[in-house]
Amino acid sequence: MANDILVLADHLKGQLSDTTLELVGKAKELAGATGGQAVVALLGAPDLAGQITGADAVLTVDHPALADYTPEAWEKALHHIVNERQPRLVLIGNSTIGMDLGAGLSATWDAPLVAYTVGLEADGADIVATAQVYGGKLLAEVALSGERGICTVVAGSFPAAAGGGSPAAEAIAPPAGLDDLKTAFLTLVEPEGGDVDITAAEILVSVGRGIGSQDNLDEVQELADALGAPLSASRPVTDAGWLPKTRQVGKSGLKVKPKVYLTFGISGAPEHLEGMRDSELIIACNTDANAPIFDVAHYGTTLDLFDLVPAMTDTLG
Amino acid sequence: MRIVVPVKQTPDLVEELELNDDGTDVDREFLKFVLSEWDDQALEEALLVKEATGAEVVAVGFGDPDVELSLSTALAKGADRAVNLTGLGDGWVSSHTRAEALAGWLSGQDVDLVLAGVQAVDDLDGQLPPLLAATLGWPHVGVVIAVEGKDNTIQVSQEFGGGRAARLEVKLPAVIGVQAARQPPRYASITRIRQAQQAGGIEEAAVTASGAGAGITVRRLFEPEKAGHAEMLTGSPEDVAGRILDLIRSKGVIK
Ligand SMILES: Cc1cc2nc3c(=O)[nH]c(=O)nc-3n(C[C@H](O)[C@H](O)[C@H](O)COP(=O)(O)OP(=O)(O)OC[C@H]3O[C@@H](n4cnc5c(N)ncnc54)[C@H](O)[C@@H]3O)c2cc1C
Ligand SMILES: Nc1ncnc2c1ncn2[C@@H]1O[C@H](COP(=O)(O)O)[C@@H](O)[C@H]1O
Repeated sequence: MANDILVLADHLKGQLSDTTLELVGKAKELAGATGGQAVVALLGAPDLAGQITGADAVLTVDHPALADYTPEAWEKALHHIVNERQPRLVLIGNSTIGMDLGAGLSATWDAPLVAYTVGLEADGADIVATAQVYGGKLLAEVALSGERGICTVVAGSFPAAAGGGSPAAEAIAPPAGLDDLKTAFLTLVEPEGGDVDITAAEILVSVGRGIGSQDNLDEVQELADALGAPLSASRPVTDAGWLPKTRQVGKSGLKVKPKVYLTFGISGAPEHLEGMRDSELIIACNTDANAPIFDVAHYGTTLDLFDLVPAMTDTLG
Repeated sequence: MRIVVPVKQTPDLVEELELNDDGTDVDREFLKFVLSEWDDQALEEALLVKEATGAEVVAVGFGDPDVELSLSTALAKGADRAVNLTGLGDGWVSSHTRAEALAGWLSGQDVDLVLAGVQAVDDLDGQLPPLLAATLGWPHVGVVIAVEGKDNTIQVSQEFGGGRAARLEVKLPAVIGVQAARQPPRYASITRIRQAQQAGGIEEAAVTASGAGAGITVRRLFEPEKAGHAEMLTGSPEDVAGRILDLIRSKGVIK
């Protein structure tokens, strides 16, 4: 009810996202402070309820239109639950689903929203969120002072709920309007397999927009060959078609955890960090000493990549 | 079909971000503003839809710093019209306020499709496209990497983690948040941008918003703690190259 913390379960193709349980853990902690419950809203996949641990309650809404995600159907169902329960705070992972639904719910439920949340505390009657802005170069401390609020939360911000049982699920009747939608799901397309599997590599040489052009890739390729490492990349490099999509590391690419992750000209936007921050040894080259990549890298240098790369290749001989 | 592409200017992140005196916003006076990268993608996708269907493309700015250059560039690339909406004031304007103002302007136009950028680097209170869609009562899809239009419906590809994408069909009018166009954004030559600037084709319209705003209070902005900051390697390229190779060798992945 008015003191509850409600988490939207994020799932695709029968798989619950890791973020869901991270949010449940945080919801449980905040609910302790607000005197409410940690409640999970599970849309379209009631059989996943058993995987949700550590919450006080699970509410399910089932309807054929919710089985495969569309923003329109999920927004209607989420709004229905939220409107009925009137929680203090709604937590949604900042996935594709969260990017769709957070702001939409903010408008329809008339509640303030903090996007890119990485920290959350109760402060008296306020909820205080810390959020990333400017590609992670700054953090903002934001107060949600009213009776309701929404946060979309960056993956990996909180530890997962510490286990515990899964509460019995309570089914909620679907809202009207799910039979008459303007958005229809057609198919889910799986990515094509790549020439190399970057998730299996022990060392990756990763290039970003700082490389400037496709021609300049040759120099880095030479170094990567000398190291026996495949090239991986940030999103702008694969969007530009300079490397195949299968080489992309990050939120919408692949998650990698090599022994060594060596970057050239990558700024370290939150969406990139999500895919590589668990690498064993991260070494970053970026001419901007304030680039956020240096906050996760173990070693860094502000040398120009066009000076460092040939020097490394020469040294390897 | 008429497509509106709202274009936004955001601080160039290569520059140092200084804070204002009370620490609640960046100091905008000396910042360089550039077109938000996702808007470049949205414009490209709009131009591709135009080429396939003959749609009209209207680029719309909000009086942001240097937005005239981005609007002229849009015209040079093939947008049919450019409109600058004024009256929202300077400084950080919340997505809620911008969505309200844009919704007001759009309702007086005959628009089928809004192709916006999926996000911008200065979002704090959420992304404009879903807010705009909810205000207008139109369907919305974000993180889109392809838009194909025909008559009153479009098909879009919506991207999920790991490179998976869902194909969705959406009835128009609709709002789409574009993550990437089907091909890298085209370039406009300086000459063509100059020509567009000289032709003076940017229309202006005044907009208003109630000022209800986002309902959040920014207490302060601050730099992330440097606790986990990298150990910086300095010296000549040869010195640093040697140090890095030693580090890599210590992990046993090369000889
Ligand atoms: C929904 C969504 C999903 C996303 N998914 C991903 C994802 O999976 N993966 C991903 O990477 N991004 C993703 N992004 C994009 C992300 O937000 C950033 O835009 C992107 O990571 C930036 O890439 P970059 O660091 O290569 O480029 P930039 O941020 O432009 O950084 C380039 C860097 O190169 C440095 N540089 C320039 N020249 C040199 C030189 N000569 N020597 C050394 N350094 C130099 C600059 O200082 C700068 O820091 C996603 C965004 C969204 C909205
Ligand atoms: N100030 C603005 N001027 C024009 N378009 C904007 C503005 N703010 C947001 N938009 C549009 O909304 C998209 C998402 O931006 P944001 O709301 O900041 O996430 C942008 O990519 C633009 O298409």
